Amino acid sequence: MADGNSIGYGETALVSTPRPRVGSMRRFARRRSLFAILLCSPLIALVVGLQFYPAGYAFYLSMLNRKMTGFVLFDNFTFLMGQDSFQLVVFQSCLFAVSAVVFKALLGFILAHLMHNIRGQNQRIWRGLLLIPWVIPLALSTLTWWWLFDPAYSALNWTLKWFGLPSIPFLGTVWNARISVIVVNVWFGAPFFMIMYLAALKSVPEQLYEAAAIDGAGAVQRLFFITLPMMRNIILITVLYSLIVTFADFDIVRILTNGGPQDGTHLFATYAFQVGIQSGNIPRGAAVSLFMFPILAALAFFVLRDVIKRNKEITA
Amino acid sequence: MAQVSIRKVVKAYEGNVQAVKGIDLEIADEEFVVLVGPSGCGKSTTLRMIAGLEEITSGDIAIGGEVVNDVPPRDRDIAMVFQNYALYPHMSVFDNMAFGLKLRKFPKEEIKKRVDDAAKMLDIAMLLDRKPKALSGGQRQRVAMGRAIVRNPKVFLFDEPLSNLDAKLRVQMRTEIKKVHQLVPTTTVYVTHDQIEAMTLADRVVVMNHGIIEQVGAPQELYHNPATRFVAGFIGSPAMNFLTVKLVSDNGLYVELADGTRLAVNPARIDRYKPHAGKTMTLGLRPEHLTETHTNEKPGTAYLDATVDVTEPMGMETMVHFFIKGEPVCARVDPLTVAIPGQILRLAADMSNMHLIDNDTNKVV
Ligand SMILES: Nc1ncnc2c1ncn2[C@@H]1O[C@H](COP(=O)(O)OP(=O)(O)OP(=O)(O)O)[C@@H](O)[C@H]1O
Ligand SMILES: [Mg+2]
Repeated sequence: MADGNSIGYGETALVSTPRPRVGSMRRFARRRSLFAILLCSPLIALVVGLQFYPAGYAFYLSMLNRKMTGFVLFDNFTFLMGQDSFQLVVFQSCLFAVSAVVFKALLGFILAHLMHNIRGQNQRIWRGLLLIPWVIPLALSTLTWWWLFDPAYSALNWTLKWFGLPSIPFLGTVWNARISVIVVNVWFGAPFFMIMYLAALKSVPEQLYEAAAIDGAGAVQRLFFITLPMMRNIILITVLYSLIVTFADFDIVRILTNGGPQDGTHLFATYAFQVGIQSGNIPRGAAVSLFMFPILAALAFFVLRDVIKRNKEITA
Repeated sequence: MAQVSIRKVVKAYEGNVQAVKGIDLEIADEEFVVLVGPSGCGKSTTLRMIAGLEEITSGDIAIGGEVVNDVPPRDRDIAMVFQNYALYPHMSVFDNMAFGLKLRKFPKEEIKKRVDDAAKMLDIAMLLDRKPKALSGGQRQRVAMGRAIVRNPKVFLFDEPLSNLDAKLRVQMRTEIKKVHQLVPTTTVYVTHDQIEAMTLADRVVVMNHGIIEQVGAPQELYHNPATRFVAGFIGSPAMNFLTVKLVSDNGLYVELADGTRLAVNPARIDRYKPHAGKTMTLGLRPEHLTETHTNEKPGTAYLDATVDVTEPMGMETMVHFFIKGEPVCARVDPLTVAIPGQILRLAADMSNMHLIDNDTNKVV
């Protein structure tokens, strides 16, 4: 009875709602979206002014001839592709970015696990200490590394000598220099992964591990069947993000090796700087810097689509 | 064969918080035992020690005759159902249920058969491809149970498995759990703070309080013969009335209420209570033993007059609340009884079902 009554009231309420109210609601909604756009306008201005405009301008530049007097369309890109020294840059950039990201992720993952197992107040202290590489301005810390790598006076080689070992020309040979550059990037970037993975680890419910332990999973199986699947999204996003940032890295190579020895460590950014600014061929420099854009954009698209789909599936 | 023996088990957390203070319990093979008690009494801790998720500070736990103190959870051959289900969110229902079997390297066909059988029994066969997110609370609960059943373990452990469900579903799932236990008789330890769940499910109920066991017994046993004040007050809903009384020996034995009313003690119990004559004690009387008066009362009935404070008509019965010298009392009367707030109602107390509690020891005498 009571239910029947309440339904009755509901119906009359619906029927008696005057039409103009719907109209005013709609107008309100429309006004509200206008208001929202207004509130967002500073952000929109920032994004357009600092991102779309420079990107578009770089793209425009990359299609000009050397004197910037006429359009050559994709000639700069085709020229670069045929050039041996640029192919080397592509190889070096990929080697640098991929291996640095893999090691950063691995190291960050291991550090996050170590952190996670430190209980109580101590964890915060360690976390703070390990974040230091990430908060020091990269140019400064790279200078310190440069001193460390110095063949004659560095602490590293001094230590080696003290143990009676031959000193190593860290930045002197091509492969040594490539590895050194990657090491510095890993040193700088690992704390970011650690902090992200630590947060992800904390968000995995303890009970899943307990359920898995009862189901018969050992430590390794828990890692592969619980931890990694639960952290999948955050791993994908951090790797993608870091890949983009690492592909664009400039400071470390610029300070440590300046692309040498024998152009053996140039990355897109440093090579673009050399070609565009130092040699004065701005359009070709722009083409260098834009080279990875389509690949990274496609990668980002697929990774993010997968992440969103997965997110919808599992988050309760 | 999987009896569970808990011997002198103590659990102390950091900072010397004793959550469990030395309990002894023998659980027979295929028995359904329910641990019940108020929040924080150590039920979960006890269960988790049986599961191996929590270390034992001292004492022994044996499963199937083998002491398992240092055996990791995965080698104890137990299955546990958690309060918030703890389903693996990235796995389908099938994979959730099959996980334990896969880890134990069962052949594929065997896994499929077991999961299908369990799914049929629990009525979730059509959900096997879904992810837990796409399930309702009740369905998740069934999957969690399915995950436990397929393993065919020695012992089932349940930690408040129904407390996240709404009232109606809870009653339904309660029946389901009982049914499963009848179909697959397995030693079961079930934790709840809901005494009705405990009463309906258990072969034996273990009442815990402050880390100790107050009483162990069949549900009816606990209801009719509680051993302590705590058990008397905890089991039964609405709770037992407690009244401060004086036991007077004066031409027979009486309990004298605070307002001077004297209720005669059932002659059959006089010898039992006699030694306590003269003491101030607590009278325990369940609401259903305090009813409207009838023309032909059972022997052992005593009468008292109550000034009605509040009435609660429940349909089948009416609860009448009143006070005796500041102590709240609840009576359960026939719905046709005229009980008007502010007026006096004569009630019949069934003294053959009274309990007398020693105020010094808090034990029922
Ligand atoms: N990790 C811990 N560290 C310290 N004390 C704990 C810890 N876990 C539980 N306790 C304490 O142990 C006591 C018993 O906890 P337990 O979880 O067994 O209670 P419970 O009977 O299951 O209660 P509930 O019905 O609320 O789940 C509580 O007083 C609790 O505060
Ligand atoms: Mg609990």
